[in-house]
Amino acid sequence: MSLELKNVEKKIGLDTHIYSTNLKLEKNTINILLGPTLSGKTTLMQIMAGLDKPTSGEIWFNNENVTGMKVQKRNVSMVYQQFINYPNFTVYDNIASPLKITGVSSDETKQRVGKVAELLKLSGMLNKKPNELSGGQQQRTALARALVKDSDLILLDEPLANLDFKLREELREELPKLFENRDCIVVYATTEPSEALLLGGNTATLQEGKIIQYGKTLDTYNKPNSLVSAQVFSDPPMNIAKIKKSGDQCSFLQNDIQWKTKLNIKDGEYKVGIRPHNITTYKEGTNTLEIKGKVLISEISGSESLIHFTNGNLNWVSLSNGVFQKNVGDEMNLYMNTDEFVYFDQNERLVSNG
Amino acid sequence: MNKTVNQKAWFFVIPVFVLVAFNAIIPLMTVVNYAFQETFGNNVFMWEGTRWFKQIMLSERFHASLGRQFLFTFIILFIQIPLGIAIALTMPKEGIGVPVCLVLMSMPLLIPWNVVGAMWNIFALPDIGFLGHSLNALGFDYNFTQQIGDAWFTTILMDVWHWTSLVVLLSYAGLRSIQPAYYQAAEIDGASRWAIFTKIELPKMKKVLTIAILLRFMDSFMIYTEPFVLTGGGPGNATAFLSIDLVKMALGQFDLGPAAAMSLIYFFIVLLVCWVFYTLMMRNEEKS
Repeated sequence: MSLELKNVEKKIGLDTHIYSTNLKLEKNTINILLGPTLSGKTTLMQIMAGLDKPTSGEIWFNNENVTGMKVQKRNVSMVYQQFINYPNFTVYDNIASPLKITGVSSDETKQRVGKVAELLKLSGMLNKKPNELSGGQQQRTALARALVKDSDLILLDEPLANLDFKLREELREELPKLFENRDCIVVYATTEPSEALLLGGNTATLQEGKIIQYGKTLDTYNKPNSLVSAQVFSDPPMNIAKIKKSGDQCSFLQNDIQWKTKLNIKDGEYKVGIRPHNITTYKEGTNTLEIKGKVLISEISGSESLIHFTNGNLNWVSLSNGVFQKNVGDEMNLYMNTDEFVYFDQNERLVSNG
Repeated sequence: MNKTVNQKAWFFVIPVFVLVAFNAIIPLMTVVNYAFQETFGNNVFMWEGTRWFKQIMLSERFHASLGRQFLFTFIILFIQIPLGIAIALTMPKEGIGVPVCLVLMSMPLLIPWNVVGAMWNIFALPDIGFLGHSLNALGFDYNFTQQIGDAWFTTILMDVWHWTSLVVLLSYAGLRSIQPAYYQAAEIDGASRWAIFTKIELPKMKKVLTIAILLRFMDSFMIYTEPFVLTGGGPGNATAFLSIDLVKMALGQFDLGPAAAMSLIYFFIVLLVCWVFYTLMMRNEEKS
């Protein structure tokens, strides 16, 4: 089983929503489409599902050309950002609705709905109507509807975006388990890098209608092929600074901080990307650089603290473990882990890691 | 925490109270006053108790006009609500068609009621009116000033023309608020067009439809101006709906007592039907 997009392109009027895309998704995989809003995730999913036709290109499923085949004839299910359930149906009827239409016997329906309801912790509320449920339970119902029918392709379009933080965390942890031992291809769209890392599988980074990079999630994260891909896969945004390399010495253009590198690349100007969590208030790793900063903003996010600071005409973001707050305008020392630097050439393509 | 007592706050309520008193309470109380007394010239009043109420409740004339009123309201609701939903469903969802349709739809709503009556009167005149003349030319024996059926037909057609737009606009707003994802989800399930209508669109339109039915019930139940101008309640009493009959009684015959009693009964019927309908709809809402 595989889903393959061949030179798929989508134009609406003069706007190109999806640039020519080639992508092959394999059986039993979770594939994450990671990109900011309007990067084309939803459009791409709708083309995959058959809800929308590509302007040009083909979609192949199991070595069969399914371009233009109606969504009803394809065995797909989809979960949306909004909690989409039939408003007048009970939770049970909602979950059973895809089975009823395909004519599954009532005994089997009962058994399958029961099983999936248990999996999603909905067993106690099968007789309730969607608007009696919390947002999290409504989305669980929608998920159950998608899981109950043994689809070949399950599409999830930012399913956790409308949930509050706690419910999101809770469901996020359950999601990978839900897709285990399923004979299907899962496609999951999200704007959040942390969600992609948690789900594992494969990740495609998207930007403005183009797939920038596709590969195993950790590879995509650790070895971004370009600055754009790295930025899509970094939250808070990656720090970018221009550097100069001569011999084994590197230095920032805007200050005199220098460090040694083992990189085997030509001398010249490069760009370096530093993820916020590689700039910390404490030393981490063996090769650290000290950088002086003047605090712009200090904020706490969960059990981590963000410090925005300036150094050499540049604004930097650092993310440290622990909860603390700095006063605006304070001068302080921060430490960068040079082992985690990502180097890009002038065309913003990856040069090498470390 | 103890609440602080500050009676000065009442001053803020006074303007509203005075306003409501002048536009609602005082006129209503005058009517109540007339309803329980016999009125003579020189402001001489005699207490009559519930005599006028009994008289109205037992009068065949009232029963007849009440019956006509319910029949008329029922017919126009039966036509306008489904027709309004049907039109709303076929209206364009994007592009230049949207504002064009919306403006065209609102047009009848913007025409003063007596103008609507006058327009339709001229339009339907059997000798010179476009509608009346055409119908007769086609071989129908049509004359709304003389034939009861024709008078009803014309009155209903006029009301449908005038007010269906309101249902259309409300339904359209309800339909537009359904997120596209619902339709996609139904498409993925393989639901039929009819299933989409009954399982998604109707439940999602329930609130606006409740409002539409309430508004159309109240307006049609209190209809006066248009049939007054179109048929004047005739031929005979055939289209004398409650308010037309009421005005005849109050200003034509100057029976102020019975007319006042009839107004109050009329008012309570509207209130009662609206309350029952709204309560039923909202009780279902709580259940679902």
